Amino acid sequence: MTVEGTAERKTARGGSKRTTAKKATPTKKATQSGTRNSAQPDEAEQDQLVQLLTPEGKRVEHPDYAIDLSPEELRGLYRDMVLTRRFDAEATTLQRQGELGLWASLLGQEAAQIGSGRALRDDDYVFPTYREHGVAWCRGVDPTNLLGMFRGVNNGGWDPNSNNFHLYTIVIGSQTLHATGYAMGVQKDGADSAVIAYFGDGASSQGDVAESFTFSAVYNAPVVFFCQNNQWAISEPTEKQTRVPLYQRARGFGFPGVRVDGNDVLACLAVTKAALDRARTGQGPMLVEAFTYRMGAHTTSDDPTRYRADEERLAWEAKDPILRLRKYLEAEGFVDDAYLAAIDEESETLGKRVRDAVRAMPDPDHMAIFENAYADGHALVDEERAQFAAYQASFADAEAAAEGN
Amino acid sequence: MAVHEKITIAKAINASLRASMEADPKVLVMGEDVGKLGGVFRVTDGLQKDFGEDRVIDTPLAESGIIGTAIGLALRGYRPVAEIQFDGFVFPAYDQIVTQLAKMHARALGKVKVPVVIRIPYGGGIGAVEHHSESPESLFAHVAGLKIVSPSNSSDAYWMLQQAIAGDDPVIYFEPKRRYHDKSRLDTESIPDPLHKARITRPGSDLTLVGYGPMVKVCEDVAKVAAEEGKSVEVVDLRSISPIDFDTVQSSVEKTGRLVVVHEAPVFFGSGAEIAARITERCFYHLEAPVLRVGGFHAPYPPSRLEDEYLPGLDRVLDAVDRALAY
Repeated sequence: MTVEGTAERKTARGGSKRTTAKKATPTKKATQSGTRNSAQPDEAEQDQLVQLLTPEGKRVEHPDYAIDLSPEELRGLYRDMVLTRRFDAEATTLQRQGELGLWASLLGQEAAQIGSGRALRDDDYVFPTYREHGVAWCRGVDPTNLLGMFRGVNNGGWDPNSNNFHLYTIVIGSQTLHATGYAMGVQKDGADSAVIAYFGDGASSQGDVAESFTFSAVYNAPVVFFCQNNQWAISEPTEKQTRVPLYQRARGFGFPGVRVDGNDVLACLAVTKAALDRARTGQGPMLVEAFTYRMGAHTTSDDPTRYRADEERLAWEAKDPILRLRKYLEAEGFVDDAYLAAIDEESETLGKRVRDAVRAMPDPDHMAIFENAYADGHALVDEERAQFAAYQASFADAEAAAEGN
Repeated sequence: MAVHEKITIAKAINASLRASMEADPKVLVMGEDVGKLGGVFRVTDGLQKDFGEDRVIDTPLAESGIIGTAIGLALRGYRPVAEIQFDGFVFPAYDQIVTQLAKMHARALGKVKVPVVIRIPYGGGIGAVEHHSESPESLFAHVAGLKIVSPSNSSDAYWMLQQAIAGDDPVIYFEPKRRYHDKSRLDTESIPDPLHKARITRPGSDLTLVGYGPMVKVCEDVAKVAAEEGKSVEVVDLRSISPIDFDTVQSSVEKTGRLVVVHEAPVFFGSGAEIAARITERCFYHLEAPVLRVGGFHAPYPPSRLEDEYLPGLDRVLDAVDRALAY
């Protein structure tokens, strides 16, 4: 990125207070090159960012999204975020120790996930990506169940219907259509529950996400699209995905979009709750863009130092979702040292439980390859299963014969 | 519906959808133009009028969206029957079918079922433009988790679709569109064959000819001509491409000693290759000749003025029969 290029891009934005010297003449070069600023909230957009708790831990009000939580509920949100972060850190460590093949950390996105996750009712249904560990926590999915696919002992690991929390989906954006179809079913059933689909800024470029917007709008399906814009799709910044703020996309499909401070758990809770209520009362879909930041790597295979500056991370660390809630709780006197120490102790217990559970996970039986390929069976699977079983048994026979000698 | 009526395949499919929807309120029909228009081939004619827009759903023109939402509806307990308007249009939905639909039951360790049926009018011979004459069955048969079937007559069209809808696995139901208006007997009373059972439609002793869907009629025509030349050809209608009823094919080949497989899709990596390999393995000592295949070429489906050259017809299949018998 040259200095000249930067100047040109600023010019191309036109109308900005900073670009008065040169006449705004968007050139082809300017429109084609990536501009870090285009998808960032400028001053006008910042006004659109729903916030109820500032990075300094100060409570502020928003005209459309009021929320009034008891100290106990506030402490609950804090506990959820701390434990989720601890679980996530443990999983990252386990990957580094070779216990997991991969891990997708949620570090920095705790408020977006706990806020939205706590807005859900039991009868709502969640379609996550592969990073919604905090939402899974809110749904009551045992965190150790999330680790099976990352350890390589299964490709799913839980019954989606026991917690109304669908399996993690690796192909980005696919699940937004499943959520929409599920919501169409909810509507046909005459139920008043809602469906929520999680996806990221990168997935917003996928055709499936656009198609899910179209279908949900056309059928007025009770689905909330919760986009965690964590600024980076592996190494690609948001401006490689969009030329308009993501929440504004909804309008073109015929439903509202709102951008919420994704590091503000209260705002995420309030906005998601409003969106879910809207869906439940037959007012159709809504897009929530949680403006947040992935503080760690995309996954443990990624190296963010190759593509983003430390300063960026430091700037976002100052907006840490857990820290700001803690400041608020402390200022209000809702927590004391004993409480905070108890949460820390609970965190360590959770970490140990996760560690022990992962290490104790047995490798699946080799015949599991064939299990559940089909619900009603399939002749070829039956044949291959029998052949493979015979092949495996031949080793046992050989061993028995060797022992006999 | 009268028993033993002669009826077109299109009308048999329509009757099958109607019967399925009457039997189970969770069965939905969805796709582009399936409502008032009754589908571009009129296969869903009258269903929306009788079952309402809530159960016969006109969708946006987005194939991935059709299959992706069908998956979601299935997860909610519905049994969607999704129509893809033409074979070549299924590819925008290929990702949803392959990465999601096929694998979801296994990923959930059997805890969820996704009984989605995808109806695809397929194959050539109708003088259509590009992307309207494809035979992509092998692309789907290669994927575990899917079942693939293709009826060749009205009774099978009627029963196999109901069986596909009633089953708990995802099924791709390939409809031989150039046979839509062929009339054959519809038997709504007899107990139908199991969905994945192949059937000998014409017995013979010198050579086995295997086909499915639109090719079954070609195979039978070939057998008739061959009979006039004194050759006895047995015709097997495969009916199911995943799984394949190899037992029926094997018994036939053990009797005849020769096998020719016919399909419209390109021969290279096609279903004929799979059948040839398996039957060679099973019947090596019974075979009097190598298994031969007749099908499309490794070239894009041609403009319609050339499709008669591309599609296996009487002469090309007879030529293969002669070659097999010459060993």
